[in-house]
Amino acid sequence: MSWGEFFAMNGYAWYVWGSFGMALLIFIVEIVMVRHRRTLILQQLRLTSDTEDL
Amino acid sequence: MVPWFAWSAAIMFVTGLYISFFVAPTDVQQSEAYRIMFIHVPVSILSMFIYLVMAGYAALGLIFNTRLSSMMASALAPTGALLAFLSLWTGALWGKPMWGAWWVWDARLTSELILLFLYLGFIALHASIDDPRRADRASALLAILGSVNVPIIYFSVQWWNTLHQGASVKLTGTSMHIAMQQGMYTMMLAVWLYAITISLLRVRSIILERESKAQWVSELKEIKG
Repeated sequence: MSWGEFFAMNGYAWYVWGSFGMALLIFIVEIVMVRHRRTLILQQLRLTSDTEDL
Repeated sequence: MVPWFAWSAAIMFVTGLYISFFVAPTDVQQSEAYRIMFIHVPVSILSMFIYLVMAGYAALGLIFNTRLSSMMASALAPTGALLAFLSLWTGALWGKPMWGAWWVWDARLTSELILLFLYLGFIALHASIDDPRRADRASALLAILGSVNVPIIYFSVQWWNTLHQGASVKLTGTSMHIAMQQGMYTMMLAVWLYAITISLLRVRSIILERESKAQWVSELKEIKG
């Protein structure tokens, strides 16, 4: 079996890769969002602790 | 603990995808389209299971007034919602070539859609109440009431005459090829480990957000620099 045949999925390429592609996209977006949330809260906490020190 | 789960999830995903695409044979009836199963079944089962875990944590928070359990429930909700969405999405992409329709108002599909709305309702209700403890209690009630839906999804294929197929894996034996089973279980473990990793990461932020006034938070090395 060639790579071309593998990616063609016997005519079901859109359905198969659409499923796995969306799953990958969702997981990546979720990871990015969770990391972003952590960066934001750490930034905010640093800001407030700085103002309290003054 | 987080890196441990993250690395196991990554290893399981790679192994699971390898089995799913290179080891498991082509299906006689569904050709290559059946490979959607390797993502569809794990995300669907986890979307139901996470709901029960979420409702369990929410109930603990409600009964024993423990803040951390309520925070865990809040951390699980977005992941559960995304998995429920993925279940419907991959199901639609599987339904189109096999049934000829992206969507049918079938018992299994409709109850899974309700599960997605329950997750979204939980998140929205929690976000709409300013006082976090009141938000915890209100959304916990919603989560507990909504958990009735999970057995309905699970048994829908037996209770009603549906287009969705019944379970292929049963306690009494299964009708699947061994490599297909291995692929599915490995992917399920991968999604499970992923869900644990991401929820633990999310709960860490939630704890910091809600305990921002606490002494220990201001003494963290990430804050003091």
